[in-house]
Amino acid sequence: MAFDSFTDFVAMGGYGLYVWLSFFLSFVVLAGVALETLLAKRQLAKKSKQLQQRQERLARRKASRAEVGDGNESKT
Amino acid sequence: MWRWLHPYAKPEATYHLLQKLLPWFVALTLVTLVTGVIWGLAFAPGDYQQGDSYRIIFLHVPSAIFSMGAYMGMAIMGAVALIWQIKTAEWSIPAIAPVGAALTVVALLTGAIWGKPMWGTWWVWDARLTSELILLFLYVGVMALYFAFDDARTGAKAAAILSLVGVINLPIIHFSVEWWNTLHQGATITKFEQPSIATSMLIPLLICLAGFAFLTVSLVMMRLKNEILRHELHRPWAQQRLEQD
Amino acid sequence: MSQLSSRQIWVTLLKRDLRIAARRRSDALNPLLFLLMVVTLFPLGIGPGPDILARIAPGIIWVAALLASLLGLERLFRDDFQDGTLEQLCLLPQPLAFTVTAKIAVHWLLSGLPLVILSPVLALLLSLPLQGWWALALTLLLGTPALSALGAIGAALTLQVQRGSSLVSLILIPLFIPLLIFATAAVENASMGLAVHGQLAILAAISVLTVTLAPLAVAAGIRMSVN
Repeated sequence: MAFDSFTDFVAMGGYGLYVWLSFFLSFVVLAGVALETLLAKRQLAKKSKQLQQRQERLARRKASRAEVGDGNESKT
Repeated sequence: MWRWLHPYAKPEATYHLLQKLLPWFVALTLVTLVTGVIWGLAFAPGDYQQGDSYRIIFLHVPSAIFSMGAYMGMAIMGAVALIWQIKTAEWSIPAIAPVGAALTVVALLTGAIWGKPMWGTWWVWDARLTSELILLFLYVGVMALYFAFDDARTGAKAAAILSLVGVINLPIIHFSVEWWNTLHQGATITKFEQPSIATSMLIPLLICLAGFAFLTVSLVMMRLKNEILRHELHRPWAQQRLEQD
Repeated sequence: MSQLSSRQIWVTLLKRDLRIAARRRSDALNPLLFLLMVVTLFPLGIGPGPDILARIAPGIIWVAALLASLLGLERLFRDDFQDGTLEQLCLLPQPLAFTVTAKIAVHWLLSGLPLVILSPVLALLLSLPLQGWWALALTLLLGTPALSALGAIGAALTLQVQRGSSLVSLILIPLFIPLLIFATAAVENASMGLAVHGQLAILAAISVLTVTLAPLAVAAGIRMSVN
């Protein structure tokens, strides 16, 4: 260990503010990128679900229209 | 020779490859980064001149190196996208750019904070910091250009051209800023310009370098997976993937 | 129908663009007036002391030159893009990169060259020592072609973007920095009576590299924007 005690470790020979501030900010920035990526994935999942539901709705509407009969071409 | 790469032009194949590799890279990132940081912070000896403030080096040097590495990677993918029109290569540009920009910000922040105990002010126009600042502007330019287009494909092409122009300019910019700095401030001897660094400090630095390498790759992989999904959302395989995860 | 040679097409394009610019004189004049006014702002903002002004004159003039060159980029491709001429240029048998150099040349003739000619006036306004005047003109002469070439890249990439002028500045300014550094260093050295061959040589080298390679990027950008 390069330090005699935990207090010494935190103090970093007087430079504690700078060292810990650097590590903290770096962590925040990089974790921020990772978090943004994970959030974006969640949004994509939501969008995918919406897209799937819409596709199902359209498919159902098409199927029901085919059932009713091809003579009735009514606009929905 | 590159035939084994051909299947990966298909986004689905690339996605599955990324999915398989990502856990390994994340694990490697955690192992190397945690080891390197703890070693550097607690076990490496203090510096003769700078005391314990030098420990910022374990973040500053790797982030600076990979901020430039990411830009090169982005430019290479840009070239691939322009030459072979491969969509996955196009999508890798918005995947890489924010990661590279974040690394540049980390390099700037750590460099500036380190500057306070070293030079007395929160900002100095030294060669490395100025180069990193300009690199940040280059990244911002690429991202701004990409998002200015409604069509992502055209945006990616424009961003690709710009990153290629930027990568050619990077050595010129770096060289001219170094030269400008010696002109106006006289030679500043920084820790990195000394011919050798003690092995006890070099080893944790190398571990942190590896850690940042894995971190960069992991982040880019995660973002590229998202980009692939974003553009293939209408395909059933993508919708399945999103349901499962 | 006689076949036009590449050179003839190039010259025709050059003359056409110059003729168009002559009809809309304000388009070409405004950036220069802007330059003059910006240079005037600095003594007003900093104080008229000749020593300070002389010290920062090379930087001010060159930064103002960069900004003025950015202003002139709007008319480089946009009008031709909107009326379809640019597409036609893409379809010429000559390489687009070659055709594009004619447009870059026009931009330089209308914004770079007047800058070189105007530089003694600017030097006078900012109390630049007489020894530095020729260096100022020379750095502008060597550097402005590169500014036009780089500017063309920015203009080509942003053709599809509405109100893209601030985006163009954002993209281009980092690329201008090496030119700025070496040009101002040359002028400062000349003002002090020191040798400037090194800086001028590097400036010329950067300029030549830029003017040679930029048209390729411009052509790629135009093709991308037109499709």
